[in-house]
Amino acid sequence: MTPRRFSAANIVLGAGLAFLYLPLVVVMIYSFNASRLVTVWTGFSAEWYGALLADRQILDAAGNSLMVALFSATLAAILGTAAGYALARFGRFRGRTALTGVIAAPLVLPDVIAGLSLLLLFVAFEQAFTWMPGRGILTIVIAHAGFTMAYVAVIVQARLAGMARDVEEAAADLGAQPFTVFLAITLPMMRPAIAAGWLLAFVLSLDDLVIASFVSGPQSTTLPMVVYSSIRLGVSPKINALATILIVVTLALLTAAAWIGRGAFKQK
Amino acid sequence: MSRPYFTETWRRRMVLALPWLWAALFFLLPLAFVVKISLAEARMSVPPYTDLLARVDGAVVGLNATLANYQLLFSDALYVKAYLSSLKIALVATAFTLLLGYPMAYAIARAPAARRTLLLVLVMLPFWTSFLVRIYAWMGLLRPTGIINTALQTLGLIDEPLAMLNTPGAVYLGIVYAYLPFMVLPLYARLEKLDPALLEAAADLGARPWRAFREVTLPLSLPGVLAGCLLVFIPVTGEFVIPDLLGGPDTLMIGKVLWNEFFSNRDWPMSAAVTVVLLIVLVAPIMLFQALQSRTEIRS
Amino acid sequence: MSSVIRIDAVTKRFGSVAAVDGVSLDIFENEFIALLGASGCGKTTLLRIVAGLEHPDTGRIFIDGKDMTGEAPYARPVNMMFQSYALFPHMTVAGNVAFGLKQDGLSGAALEERVKDALVAVEMAGLGERKPHQLSGGQRQRVALARCLAKRPRVLLLDEPMAALDKHLRERTQLELMALRARLGITFVVVTHDQSEAMAMADRVAVMDGGRILQVDTPRNIYERPANARVAGFFGDINLWSAVVGDRPGTVRVPALGFEMPTRGLLPPSGTAVSVAVRPERIAMSRAPLSGAEHAVTGTVQETVYLGTASTCFVKTQAGGTVRVLAPHADGASAFNKGETVHLSWPSTAVTVLDA
Repeated sequence: MTPRRFSAANIVLGAGLAFLYLPLVVVMIYSFNASRLVTVWTGFSAEWYGALLADRQILDAAGNSLMVALFSATLAAILGTAAGYALARFGRFRGRTALTGVIAAPLVLPDVIAGLSLLLLFVAFEQAFTWMPGRGILTIVIAHAGFTMAYVAVIVQARLAGMARDVEEAAADLGAQPFTVFLAITLPMMRPAIAAGWLLAFVLSLDDLVIASFVSGPQSTTLPMVVYSSIRLGVSPKINALATILIVVTLALLTAAAWIGRGAFKQK
Repeated sequence: MSRPYFTETWRRRMVLALPWLWAALFFLLPLAFVVKISLAEARMSVPPYTDLLARVDGAVVGLNATLANYQLLFSDALYVKAYLSSLKIALVATAFTLLLGYPMAYAIARAPAARRTLLLVLVMLPFWTSFLVRIYAWMGLLRPTGIINTALQTLGLIDEPLAMLNTPGAVYLGIVYAYLPFMVLPLYARLEKLDPALLEAAADLGARPWRAFREVTLPLSLPGVLAGCLLVFIPVTGEFVIPDLLGGPDTLMIGKVLWNEFFSNRDWPMSAAVTVVLLIVLVAPIMLFQALQSRTEIRS
Repeated sequence: MSSVIRIDAVTKRFGSVAAVDGVSLDIFENEFIALLGASGCGKTTLLRIVAGLEHPDTGRIFIDGKDMTGEAPYARPVNMMFQSYALFPHMTVAGNVAFGLKQDGLSGAALEERVKDALVAVEMAGLGERKPHQLSGGQRQRVALARCLAKRPRVLLLDEPMAALDKHLRERTQLELMALRARLGITFVVVTHDQSEAMAMADRVAVMDGGRILQVDTPRNIYERPANARVAGFFGDINLWSAVVGDRPGTVRVPALGFEMPTRGLLPPSGTAVSVAVRPERIAMSRAPLSGAEHAVTGTVQETVYLGTASTCFVKTQAGGTVRVLAPHADGASAFNKGETVHLSWPSTAVTVLDA
């Protein structure tokens, strides 16, 4: 059956996509508005980008956010790969359901719960062992790695589940020891998934407001926290400019990733 | 493989230790602390709650646990109403998301193979851009001096700006907008696996398209529907940013109550109690989600 | 002859199902043996046990006289070609072939030499830099074969090597495999569900069913002297009738045909229930009554199936049984038609008596 071009579903798809992109496009256009009034177009101007780049608070927060995202994504990639590998390759081991549970739960757990519970843990650590006093970058890194590793695990597991075991068995049959099989065969097969998981963890970390608000210290304000307090005060053209930069940077990152990963996809 | 290599067990234990240790330390232990502190009393100190263990000269002499926070939580109408309202909003918003997401996923799954990836990427792309930015974008569109009102006024369709921002409608819109990709992805994954020959067989056996959809496609896509709905419903129940930025004072959601309890009132034990009850409310859907998750894994 | 592989009373269960059930088999130096059976008969599990990819619950595996039962796959001097070929998707053809050699510590010129030799042996010399996804199905199979051959294994295990090839390629590959084996002197163990493939290639065939080996012998012996009715039924077309050992010495009574049939060889005491088997191509069929035949059955042609070089006819006897006959298309002779009355006969050497 050939699908009809203008079926009801296709019309909804078109409308849904328009719905998804309309607000983003509007923000990007108005970031170049000369007027201070965010909604009235008075002419093209890049002055808000200049103002943005002069704002030390935003730049510092952006620096913090990038650092947190870099470390937490890397940590999440390591932890998530171990979990995804175990779930995909260890068969029905004892505690498998429990592990699936603690891996899957953070995917849906409301941010406020994750944020508060981790804060209480960090406070208890501080009291009991004087670990991580006052909280800061490290506590955000840990908190972010905790919920983003779930995404890495799911992606890695899905990739491995799609790859037949016999390739690894063939390597063992050809004389490779278990660790060699992992390094020479399994790891390269997982690589696109790990890279995708890392990227997702990076973006999610960069994006998180709620958890970071709970577990950050006074010196470790992240970008979403600054954006949030600025939005609460009212719409600012500077935020339009920042939003545009964030959208463009994300798109550029994803395009680069897709371009690098296209070889990997072809392998299938 | 029953015992392929003699060191197999130890290799596995080492790989498993990593995620398990992490989950125990940074997922299970924190939840235990939430329960613990929900039984404490608020106090002006650092940290702002009483010790659960009564001590005299450092020696533990008894337990200081109190259920006062929970008593307040169930006697104060605000909290109960906030939970119920959160559940209602999450339920209705999930239904709307499904209503929009299902046809989208269906259309992508039925698109020519070459175009499928592109369409899926288009749906997922906004999810990769900042959540806060996307909610902020709607604030700019919906406010009284925003683009929609300005446009409608310029066209002469309305005299007074419509109140759109800070209404329940804006909250629903924001939720559907932000969580749409979470609905479309599992639905698509399910629909895409559906063998087109099944629909051809249904047609061959005399089923009209709508009937074939209802009796073949829909039942087979139900696991995807369930996964998508849970992926939306559970986090939305505890959502804070959307009701805070798009909702008005009459939009009551428990995530916002918790946030204010913690950041404005600085009542940590009370926020912990609110969290514990929220967890209890969500435990059934979360376990359903986990069961679904491990079932799909074993099948694949 | 010494046995390269000795499979000794091996059993492997998956849950409550015995995939391999007390199998013993000796595989000799330089032979080409086929494990033949329907899917689920345990043949692939047995192959994987030899490779070390599965471990038996009981029983032992000896390779060159050494007990290898607990050894890991990488420690065994046997290599396996997987049904899916299991080529490493992220490595080139040459990389795939070099992989196993590198595990043996080979490097540099020696490594390159061995890779080249292996690729030449399977006529893939020019394609070393390709990735697996750039190859055709037949080429992939050659790479998988080269990858195993490069290791110069004592025994090459092939799991359904032809399953993914089309019919034309299959015959060519069969011939090439036999030529390779003659040239290299490696022992081949092939798992297959295709009896004509097993007959064409193997020196010996082990027929498997339900996790057990029913018979191991040369293709000719299995075809002509099947050990029991199940082997007979699996290996080519055959007429199988239940019968009783007759009162006259050397005869069996077949109710479906309505007469006593002379046989060769020893028979159980008279009155014992047995099965008799006669291959369709051993039966002569004619329109005129056969003069001089010691016995003949008369019947009516019920159905004919045209096969090109011959036709298969199903003849209903007066006693009510059905006989399957392979009638060659001889020069000038007109084909048999439905409803014709025909006379059938066969020599007593064509009759195999089996346990009931």
